[in-house]
Amino acid sequence: MKPAFSVISFTTVAGAGQGLAVALAFATLSGVPLGPTFLPLCLAVALVLLGAGLVASFFHLGHPERAWRAMAMWRTSWLSREVIVLPLFMALVFVWLILAWRSPGHAASGALAVLTLLLAAALWVCTAQIYACLRFIQEWAHPLTLVNFTLIGLSSGLVLTSALAAIRAEAAMLAATLPWALTLTFAAWACRTAALMRNAGLKPKSSAQSATGIAAARLVQKSMGMSAGAFNTREFFHGATDAFVRHVRWAVHGLAFALPALLMMAARDASAAQASWLCAAVAAQVAGVLAERWLFFAQARHPQNLYYQAVS
Amino acid sequence: MSTTTNTTQATETLAKQLALVIDLNVCVGCHACVTSCKQWNTSGSAGPLGDENAYGANPTGTFFNRVQTWEAGSFPETETIHFPKSCLHCEDPPCVPVCPTGASYKRAEDGIVLVDYDKCIGCKYCAWACPYGARELDEERQVMTKCTLCVDRIYDEKMAPEDRKPACVKACPTGARLFGDVKDPESEVSKAIRERGGYSLMPEWGTQPANQYLPRQRTGPLAAEGAASSEGADGVKRVSP
Repeated sequence: MKPAFSVISFTTVAGAGQGLAVALAFATLSGVPLGPTFLPLCLAVALVLLGAGLVASFFHLGHPERAWRAMAMWRTSWLSREVIVLPLFMALVFVWLILAWRSPGHAASGALAVLTLLLAAALWVCTAQIYACLRFIQEWAHPLTLVNFTLIGLSSGLVLTSALAAIRAEAAMLAATLPWALTLTFAAWACRTAALMRNAGLKPKSSAQSATGIAAARLVQKSMGMSAGAFNTREFFHGATDAFVRHVRWAVHGLAFALPALLMMAARDASAAQASWLCAAVAAQVAGVLAERWLFFAQARHPQNLYYQAVS
Repeated sequence: MSTTTNTTQATETLAKQLALVIDLNVCVGCHACVTSCKQWNTSGSAGPLGDENAYGANPTGTFFNRVQTWEAGSFPETETIHFPKSCLHCEDPPCVPVCPTGASYKRAEDGIVLVDYDKCIGCKYCAWACPYGARELDEERQVMTKCTLCVDRIYDEKMAPEDRKPACVKACPTGARLFGDVKDPESEVSKAIRERGGYSLMPEWGTQPANQYLPRQRTGPLAAEGAASSEGADGVKRVSP
């Protein structure tokens, strides 16, 4: 598949926003002591990230002015469900932000935190199932798709929370989040590696023979029926060389997981300048997760490509 | 967590399912169906099909139907097979349930899979969900487009009854394209599927395509075998695919 930059940036940014909101919800529920401005500040950051993701997703549409129609088919479409859950989640974060800002420690905070956990999970399910429900894209049609969207979102959200806690000198929060940020980064790395290994061993179920019903051992396309490109040759091929894809894979391992983990360990052991180490971890991971999403698309081999192999 | 929630819903069996049956034995790869399809569908009330750089080095445009060419076997035992390809109007179309707006739908009365261009937001998700690559986003209108089985033609009572067929079917000079109701066992298409070994594309995905393909058959030498041959007066030996 051709990586769609709008969707890549949407899932990267919104995933970090979800992870940040989840970290704040757990901190609230477990009674981590926070400075008076830290919670509203972080909720505002989460809201900005979710909003930026929403704006990015509009660039994917041919008719963004009709986007409201996408709420209609929630009974059958995971995309429709995502389009409903994302604004609900943003509204919830906004309500919590107002409450945390105007009346800190309000009795409803706990309930809002629980709701935040539920809606963040629901949004990860919707986002991942958009891809995982396409049964003939074998690289996507697997529970690891959901596991990875969730773990990578949690990892990037917790690294960001730790960086914000270090910047604002919230020692208790940093002490609570940094071990989790490390743990989840390693868990995400392990599960994404499992998905990459699974992809490497996948045997496509479709072949030129099944696509045409011509049962010859040797069957090659001589012409796709056109001399220039079409939607089918643009949307489903990433167009990059194998070497480039390999480099992106190393960038995913290095920037999304290994380097952020090393920087977090450096921050953990540092006596000063923890914020600098953690901001560097956030910067590396943003680039790494963008690369990870690019690879997620590029590795998906759509069976329609069997019909578009030769120009003559 | 099921990964197939969107795609394995029970679909009611329709009483009528219009479809094309493509005879690979007689398609000569002339592309008349491609151009007639483009002509009819670019001239209708839905507006023209996009064409960018039509006279440039890299023309690109929207087509609902293509004729591809494949080579089967190893030299010298090779066969050239012309392979028309368009939407298969699946009985369980994976493109329909994924559409977030309801713009993609399958008609209950005749099984045609259509796009409501006024509801389409151009998210391309239905194209991702079609294993056959049967859908094309129109780059000028920014909506998803696909074969309509000439729905604006086959019911047009202002046309002569013999013209109420898809444009591609009318254009084919060799009769390689049959059109009819595959749920009616006495229809021309049902008989052709039954008697000539009609098959589906990519049966492994369970989409139950309504369109079927008739396999190539070995044609015996006319002079050597003669009209009295058991192979029939047309000189065609019926072989299983």
